[in-house]
Amino acid sequence: MIYAVASGKGGTGKTTTCSSLAAVWDRPVTLVDLDVEEPNLHLFLKPDLSDIEKAYIEVPEADEDKCTSCGLCRDICQFKAITVMAGTLLVFPEMCHGCGGCLAVCPEGALSPGKRELGEICRGTADGHAFVMGRLRVGEAMSPPLMRRIRKEFPELGKGGDILIDAPPGVSCPAIAAVTDADCIVLVTEPTPFGFHDFKLAWEAFKPLNKPMGAVINRADLGDTAVLEFCKANRIPVWAEIPYSREIAEAYSRGEVVSKAIAPLKETFADLRGNMRAAAEKEVANA
Amino acid sequence: MHEIVIISGKGGAGKTSITGAFAQLAENGILCDLDVDAPDLHLLLDPEHRTEEEFWSGNEAVIDQDVCTGCGQCVELCRFDAISETDGRFTINPLQCEGCKVCVTLCPAEAIEFPQKHCGDWYVSSTRFGVMVHAQLYPGEENSGRLVTLLKQKARQMAEEQGLDLVLCDGAPGIGCPVISSMAGTDLAVVVTEPTPSGLHDLKRVAELCENFRTKVAVLVNKWDINPAMTEEIEEYCRSRGYVLVGRFPHDRAVVDAMLERKVITEYDSGPLAETLEEAWSDILNLLKTIQK
Ligand code: SF4
Ligand code: SF4
Ligand code: SF4
Ligand code: SF4
Repeated sequence: MIYAVASGKGGTGKTTTCSSLAAVWDRPVTLVDLDVEEPNLHLFLKPDLSDIEKAYIEVPEADEDKCTSCGLCRDICQFKAITVMAGTLLVFPEMCHGCGGCLAVCPEGALSPGKRELGEICRGTADGHAFVMGRLRVGEAMSPPLMRRIRKEFPELGKGGDILIDAPPGVSCPAIAAVTDADCIVLVTEPTPFGFHDFKLAWEAFKPLNKPMGAVINRADLGDTAVLEFCKANRIPVWAEIPYSREIAEAYSRGEVVSKAIAPLKETFADLRGNMRAAAEKEVANA
Repeated sequence: MHEIVIISGKGGAGKTSITGAFAQLAENGILCDLDVDAPDLHLLLDPEHRTEEEFWSGNEAVIDQDVCTGCGQCVELCRFDAISETDGRFTINPLQCEGCKVCVTLCPAEAIEFPQKHCGDWYVSSTRFGVMVHAQLYPGEENSGRLVTLLKQKARQMAEEQGLDLVLCDGAPGIGCPVISSMAGTDLAVVVTEPTPSGLHDLKRVAELCENFRTKVAVLVNKWDINPAMTEEIEEYCRSRGYVLVGRFPHDRAVVDAMLERKVITEYDSGPLAETLEEAWSDILNLLKTIQK
């Protein structure tokens, strides 16, 4: 089963939830940090990263001697990554999405596959669980290609047990890409106007995927009841409520996993695990 | 004219609450919410839309079933696994389609259409703290970087027309394309962070990005009293990198209470909390004066 922990807004407790779930997960699981722009899960799970591999995207490399300046590559490129100006072929590799279009249309064989570094994929183990993290190179603009590389491994990783994904915040394409493969989505929010607003956006964005979804309300006693009322009205189950406490905030600030550091939270997260599992299994049974 | 972007690397560090307070303190500025994916500043500033425009960007491929011969070549061509076949019928998943046009150009039957996409809407609004330029990208859309660039251009143009000397932007989270677009041409990035391992980690990455763009970095530690030792560590790091420290803000429920009343912190509280932000803001203005255009 694949589970994704997402949130419309960053900083609501996605990593807190993910790391705490990891600590109470009682089956084999691979923990995957797909928040490749700002991966944080490793700061709490402290995996030993035995294998760090650089990841690349294919970009065109030009052989100017063969180019006749016909402009076909410029015409197909939707991302202004290749152009012909005053008879000179110009490639802007950092803009390239790696679609291969220019290579496919060039009649002169003037383009060949080169590469641009996206970042790295780090693998290791944390608390006996397999751990995989993508880390975008600083300066690299596109996170989806790096995420795609990791997602391609899911069928293989899934053979070893469950997969638990820490998804990037937000509701644009990287966030959707991260939850696409999941059997079940956990939406972490907090009951503040910002939290509620972004929760609604995320729920609307993920709803068309038709996957079981439940809410985790973090800092539940801070703020107001708008999120709870919205969940009730839209039949979104609330799978866990994490109270607000300075003790939790301080444990987190020391890099601790809160389901380990704060005794009563162990049960909260074990219940969450149970709710997620029941929802995902029901979905698979119905499919 | 100067342009400031408030960013955090890590979302949820209090960036928008602090931007809201600065919006009140800033005089003669245009406000701009560059977090087009999950914008929040409007929740505090209650903008009234003066103009509303559609944002069209990019295209998506759609197979015309009447023309498609089912040859299957497009599946091989698409590098984004967006095209699939069920019972001889080829379809494109719009959420996976990158809009690269490869299938459109190379389909032997010319069966694939390529309509433009309406990706969101953007607004120029009035607020109690002046004009604000903001947007909402539709869920699952790309091209947020282009929308960010558009908002910034609009904000700058309006500031120039009205003789204002400041554009104050709430930036996007992360370090990817929307943040890179936020940073372009900005004089000062104010990074709001918190004293947690993730706060420090994300600060380092986003500040490195600023350095790549030669953008000056100022840092404000929010909720500093949650972990004073970590705050020291962050500030030490900032000093070693030459980032300017513009203050510490305590962990205080008043931030949420202000938000619940749809007020910015400096409206809600006139005591020490507001003073901290007033001092930070005057530090930022002084810092701007030292930045040569
Ligand atoms: S591979 Fe695609 S995106 Fe890259 S330069 Fe060629 S056509 Fe443009
Ligand atoms: S398609 Fe090939 S030959 Fe034509 S301009 Fe591009 S690189 Fe040159
Ligand atoms: S390449 Fe064109 S004709 Fe062939 S399956 Fe795809 S859409 Fe149909
Ligand atoms: S436009 Fe590009 S990404 Fe979209 S379906 Fe065609 S080949 Fe795939």
